[in-house]
Amino acid sequence: MIIALLAGLNAAGAIGDATSGSTTAGNRWAPKLALDLEGGTEIILAPVIAKGAAAPTGDQLNQAVSIIRQRIDAAGVSEAEINTQGGQNVVVSIPGVADQATISRIESSAKLEFRAVLQTDAASNRTDAATPTPSATTPAADGATPGATAGPTPTAAATPTTKPTDASDLAWITPELAAQFASFDCASLDKSGANVADPKKPLVTCDEVDPKNPGAPVAKYILGPVEVAGETISDATAGQVSTSQGAVTGQWAVNIVFNSKGSKEFGNVTSRLFSLTGARHQFAIVLDGRVISAPTTNAVITNGKPQITGNFTQATAKVLADQLKFGALPIGFTVQSNNQISATLGSSQLQSGILAGLIGLILVVVYSLFQYRLLGLVTVASLVVAATITYLFVTLLSWREGYRLSLAGVAGLIVAIGITADSFIVYFERIRDELRDGRGLSSAVEAGWKRAIRTVLASDTVNFLAAGVLFIVAVGNVKGFALTLGITTIIDVLVVALFTHPVLQLLSRTAFFSEGHRFSGLDPKALGAVYRGRATFREPVGVSAGKKASSSKEAVKRQTIAERKAAEQSSLGSKGKDS
Amino acid sequence: MASFSKFGNELYTGERSYDIVGKRKIWYAVAAVLILTAIIVPILRGGFVFGIEFRGGSQFQVSDTANLQQSLATRTVQSVVPNANPKVTIIGGHSVRIQTDQLTNAQNVATQAALAKAYDVQVKQVTTSFIGATWGQDITRQAITGLIVFVLLAGAVMALYFRTWKMSLAALIALLHDLVITAGFYGILGFEVTPAAVIGFLTILGYSLYDTVVVFDKIRENTLEDGGDSTRTFAESVNYAVNQTLVRSINTSVVAILPVAGILFIGALLLGAGTLRDISLALFIGILVGTYSTIYIAAPMYAHLRSSDELVKKHDKRVISARQASIVK
Repeated sequence: MIIALLAGLNAAGAIGDATSGSTTAGNRWAPKLALDLEGGTEIILAPVIAKGAAAPTGDQLNQAVSIIRQRIDAAGVSEAEINTQGGQNVVVSIPGVADQATISRIESSAKLEFRAVLQTDAASNRTDAATPTPSATTPAADGATPGATAGPTPTAAATPTTKPTDASDLAWITPELAAQFASFDCASLDKSGANVADPKKPLVTCDEVDPKNPGAPVAKYILGPVEVAGETISDATAGQVSTSQGAVTGQWAVNIVFNSKGSKEFGNVTSRLFSLTGARHQFAIVLDGRVISAPTTNAVITNGKPQITGNFTQATAKVLADQLKFGALPIGFTVQSNNQISATLGSSQLQSGILAGLIGLILVVVYSLFQYRLLGLVTVASLVVAATITYLFVTLLSWREGYRLSLAGVAGLIVAIGITADSFIVYFERIRDELRDGRGLSSAVEAGWKRAIRTVLASDTVNFLAAGVLFIVAVGNVKGFALTLGITTIIDVLVVALFTHPVLQLLSRTAFFSEGHRFSGLDPKALGAVYRGRATFREPVGVSAGKKASSSKEAVKRQTIAERKAAEQSSLGSKGKDS
Repeated sequence: MASFSKFGNELYTGERSYDIVGKRKIWYAVAAVLILTAIIVPILRGGFVFGIEFRGGSQFQVSDTANLQQSLATRTVQSVVPNANPKVTIIGGHSVRIQTDQLTNAQNVATQAALAKAYDVQVKQVTTSFIGATWGQDITRQAITGLIVFVLLAGAVMALYFRTWKMSLAALIALLHDLVITAGFYGILGFEVTPAAVIGFLTILGYSLYDTVVVFDKIRENTLEDGGDSTRTFAESVNYAVNQTLVRSINTSVVAILPVAGILFIGALLLGAGTLRDISLALFIGILVGTYSTIYIAAPMYAHLRSSDELVKKHDKRVISARQASIVK
């Protein structure tokens, strides 16, 4: 019955796997593999935390993960996996080899800044890319290539007009910049290096593509130098606009709170922009070089608490608020490790792992057959059951939780073979002990089981504890190892209780085992049992009085009627002699 | 098998018995010498050899090449970056691994190309890795946290299960012994300490205690069942339990070590240095030491710790005087 239950369990797992197969196409019976077995690149990013600053929170990290995901998607890398690890690191796994451009794109921190808008071209769209205005023909012949100039202001050569007086001065727009603006292709924004632009220089960039309407034209901008840095935002929330009477209008807005530095800077910007007209009336909020919002200035805001209104829904307002709040974080990331594994190396590691597992398994099987004869077959069968459940479980986990089996995980599984087999040994030895004490096989199985399950539970608890602690505190590889070890520990208990024990109960009723065939591994004679046939017992050595009593009671119970009569007669006979 | 189970039978009935608990001073001395060696020799050698994950640096691996010249790799790397300090290892018979100091991205790319050319393989057969020095430290810090949390929890769980903190203490002392000696092996033989080795090391925690719990369970049973009217002193009861479980200890350890040996064999022979070898090496040593320490350290230590208990003292006194009385008769 329990075997049927197990089969049902397996079938449930199989159905789960089958459904997973239909969603992920193929791979239905195999767990997903980690990079060290499949090949690919794994980049671990560690946050750069300023001295004295608190470690990034989970929210901040999740925001960072989604920003990094956007960047990688923008680079056209497919099937990248981005996770947080150990509460502070971000792990990026990319199949294949990551080029330098991808890495530097991932590495750059999310930077939020406010820039004044100088010029927009809202009508432009991607077809602009076809406009044949190569930037090389622009009048940069004077030798002052703006890209190379390090000064805070454009050099005189690049700005034939007057030096810009403020960040909204159109004098920032040199002919060269104008040409770059004209030829700028928003599709190549990520490659243009806008996300690492110099904050002291003007910037040519684009709007974000509307995710709901990706075909819509995006606006191009020429922006002035950075005037307010994102770090000065202390909070940003989404909320409904309320009238002066406090009534809620139902219109969504984003409320920003600046710190004192930001309030002053932002006050200066709005007081200047408020008097300007056209595009220059707007300021742009730039995240990673891309304009996420370019609101117009409706008032001079000096209290540091601006409100952005527009066609927001609750969701879009929330997104912008989150971007303002988290995008403003001064956390950058550095590459802590970058590990490339070629696909051939990965598969050879997998093969070696499987080979090692098989060798280990065969050695264990041979040893237990040698030690326990046919009883060893129970070990083998139990191991097979445990292995099947483990495999299904890992596959299920890989489908459900995106778990990937790493080389360390494989090692954990192999090590678990020994630990699982150990429980059977503990159990078998207990049965043998009981046989040595003179019990019959069925009762030895029961008594041995009672003692063995205690030991198995206690020792597996310790093992599980080790795996659990490792899993919780550990990072990366250690986690994969701890997980497989923990899973197999639980499966070990299940198998020994729901498979091995019932099987032994059944076997103890067969003649082969209960008569103690010499190949059964439970031969009382070979075990030097105190039981010497026909209800004669040697005084057991080292058995407590209580146990002695219980085992002799057991022996009396097991006497045949003839034996009992004979015993009675002999005692009668001796009585008769006495009298 | 017949002789092995006969051996087991004799141990079980007490016909054959090894006096392990009684000779505890010898085992303590052995342990002290081993632990001191495991601590002093690595210090004299100048500490542990840490893997690249702890030092930080760049690593290149040329896979599937017929040419296994080490000097070629050194020359190639030095021709690109003169002071890169390359260390070349042949791995598994068909790969060359080169570890260098931390290189810049440009140097990495140039070195990769140069190596591919020198070994006449495609560029994609040369993998490059870059590891910041903090990575290994992160893992180690987490490992140490895990170690402390585990020791506290396991100590508490065992104290609850066995109803005596003295068993947990004895088990944890044996665990410490295992960890120090396994670490000492790495230090003395100069094996590289890699994150994989740290994983193996942490697994010893679970295994060493697993083994101890199995034996302690029998000790608890024997000392409990023997009760007050036993003819054995407490230490003798413990010793009897250790002897009774000797076959079990041997069998469980052999079975646990066989798969580990399988990984070690494959890892060392086919793959060379790498995750599999590093995990299994630490475990292999750990399981051997752990089995030894359960029998020779944990059990005698427990008997020793309990020997000062009033109840145990009284019991032992009675048993001994009863024995003397029977001799006098």
